[in-house]
Amino acid sequence: MAHSAFVRDGLIAPKPPPMTEVGAIGWMRANLFSGWLNSILTLASVAGTVFVFYELLPWMFQSSWTANSVAECRAAIAGAHGDGVNGACWAVIRERYLQLLYGFYPANMYWRPNLTFVLMLVALSPILFPNLPRKMLWFSAVYPFLGYFLLWGGTIWLPISILLGFVVGYFLIALNSARMGLLFGVISGAAGTVIYWIYIASWFAQVAHDLIPIGLTEVESARFGGFMLSTIIGVTGISCSLPIGIMLALGRKSDLLIVKSICVGFIEFIRGVPLITLLFVASTLLNIFLPPGTNFDLILRVVIMVTLFASAYLAEVVRGGLAALPTGQFEAADSLGLDYWKSMRLIVLPQALKISIPGIVSTFIGLYKDTTLVSIIGLLDPVGLTTSIRADSAWNGIVWELYAFVAAVFFVFCFSMSRYSMHLERRLQTDHN
Amino acid sequence: MREVANANRKSAPGTSDSGQLAVAISGMNKWFGAFHVLRDIDLTVREGERIVICGPSGSGKSTLIRCINRLEEHQEGTILVQGIELSSDLKNIDRIRSDVGMCFQHFNLFPHLSIIENCTLAPIWVRKVPRSEAEETAMYFLEKVKIPEQALKYPGQLSGGQQQRVAIARSLCMRPKIMLFDEPTSALDPEMIKEVLDTMIELADDGMTMLCVTHEMGFARQVADRVIFMDEGQIVEENVPSEFFGNPQNDRTKLFLSQILGH
Repeated sequence: MAHSAFVRDGLIAPKPPPMTEVGAIGWMRANLFSGWLNSILTLASVAGTVFVFYELLPWMFQSSWTANSVAECRAAIAGAHGDGVNGACWAVIRERYLQLLYGFYPANMYWRPNLTFVLMLVALSPILFPNLPRKMLWFSAVYPFLGYFLLWGGTIWLPISILLGFVVGYFLIALNSARMGLLFGVISGAAGTVIYWIYIASWFAQVAHDLIPIGLTEVESARFGGFMLSTIIGVTGISCSLPIGIMLALGRKSDLLIVKSICVGFIEFIRGVPLITLLFVASTLLNIFLPPGTNFDLILRVVIMVTLFASAYLAEVVRGGLAALPTGQFEAADSLGLDYWKSMRLIVLPQALKISIPGIVSTFIGLYKDTTLVSIIGLLDPVGLTTSIRADSAWNGIVWELYAFVAAVFFVFCFSMSRYSMHLERRLQTDHN
Repeated sequence: MREVANANRKSAPGTSDSGQLAVAISGMNKWFGAFHVLRDIDLTVREGERIVICGPSGSGKSTLIRCINRLEEHQEGTILVQGIELSSDLKNIDRIRSDVGMCFQHFNLFPHLSIIENCTLAPIWVRKVPRSEAEETAMYFLEKVKIPEQALKYPGQLSGGQQQRVAIARSLCMRPKIMLFDEPTSALDPEMIKEVLDTMIELADDGMTMLCVTHEMGFARQVADRVIFMDEGQIVEENVPSEFFGNPQNDRTKLFLSQILGH
């Protein structure tokens, strides 16, 4: 009579885990000292960190903030902390930080870039945080024109006149698509807008300005520099390259042969060429192709090149996201009767972009840092400015302090982007409770 | 009780026999590259009719029903759905798709949308129904498939059976004239198959025109007006369930039935 059968009377209640598995001790055991190799690495890392800070902190804090030249600075440090102490000369930052931030923008007009920056944060916030009122998006839409006006100055009628181009296009689409179909309406609207911009916009701005002169003092592009320039190029590039990149990615997956070939050709060409080459094209070659006498702003040319460059990379990142979506999602959208654009907008892109967030933000961060390359074609980005600051005889010999400052500011911007992307990933996570 | 309802429905004249044609396929051929996957398919489905399609894997049964809403394109022959011919005309395709609901083996719910958003998306964007009305309809059908309490959750938080029932509700929210089921229970655990089949049976009792690719022979026996057996891309045998299961004619049908009913 072997009793092989077993019947449980009740369920076992859950018990707390053992002490060594939870809390600080459990965490350290699991993460820092899980084996002899891990323990050695932990100790070595702690020692390395301590050594770096032991060397770095005195340099950072046994420093001078008040001197007016390198020589004064060295003397002040020697006086305060003893001979032979190697301290940082932060005085150069105190004296030149405005230049690093604004370039050679007229000092009495610093309020304009400051206001533009604050308004940029306002314009970005409804895009970044969906729980803000949707009406704020209208401000975001107008902001590029407002920002242009504030930074470059001149007559207010020019940005308004350019903005009117969209109104012209809208009315042409509304008028013609009712009479001759949507496709023709859109084409006529786009053509009308471009014709308006080329032939009428500047004339209209001139006439309007003569009637009602409102404007700010004009500031030339050559005076722009520093982090202001980096941020103008970076933010414009980021906001324009994302939509272009998405369209390129969709085009590359399109069944239409010509659309597909154009997109593939564009992406492969731009990715196959170094950014510096494109910037040289922007600064020198482009003039050859443009009609003589056209004054095509250098910053605008650079922005266009940076945007095209980033959008080619974004297209491939987004294509990765599209490829990661199961075909079932496309089929489900199709089977419900959604047309191509609706299924892209409502079903495919929200998911594909969510998958691509890390890659997209990497591309954005790369774009923002690549803005320092414009120093090669003579624009005064922060890194380019350090060279001209060091050329000043008073500060000749300063290297680390300037680079450390530039690096720190870039780090703040890029780290914020990275943290925002992590926040976004968490917010969009829907796959568990 | 359901058997009774079934019997009543089948005896009711006019609904299935003299109804308009929901689907009419004639002389349809399809190739995947050089592979001839569907061969000379002729099939008509009257309104309110329930068809079960079965057959070994690779026999083309899924491809056949996917041709009906043009998830697959056929190369020869004609397919008429609700009297509209399926051609490369995109407007016709979208019109047919919004009238033909489909449930997939892997549910294909939209994971980034909540259950109720899954159900209201197509009515709002395709049918242009106001949001409040679409939500009312969605709740009605979610109650019908017995999961109204999950409306605000996301698909990833539901079990397979619940997801498939949501998928059925999502299709029903478009008020389709025809429902296509592509192996709706094949990806489910045994305990969840029943809840999905019950939903489908209820749908059949309401008079929906249904084409189901399935291996659930109990469901076929109970619900189907006709059972179609496919092999190697062609329709091999077609009959009412009692005859199909009780007196199969073709050797391949006999072999198939002995294999899936034999254990």
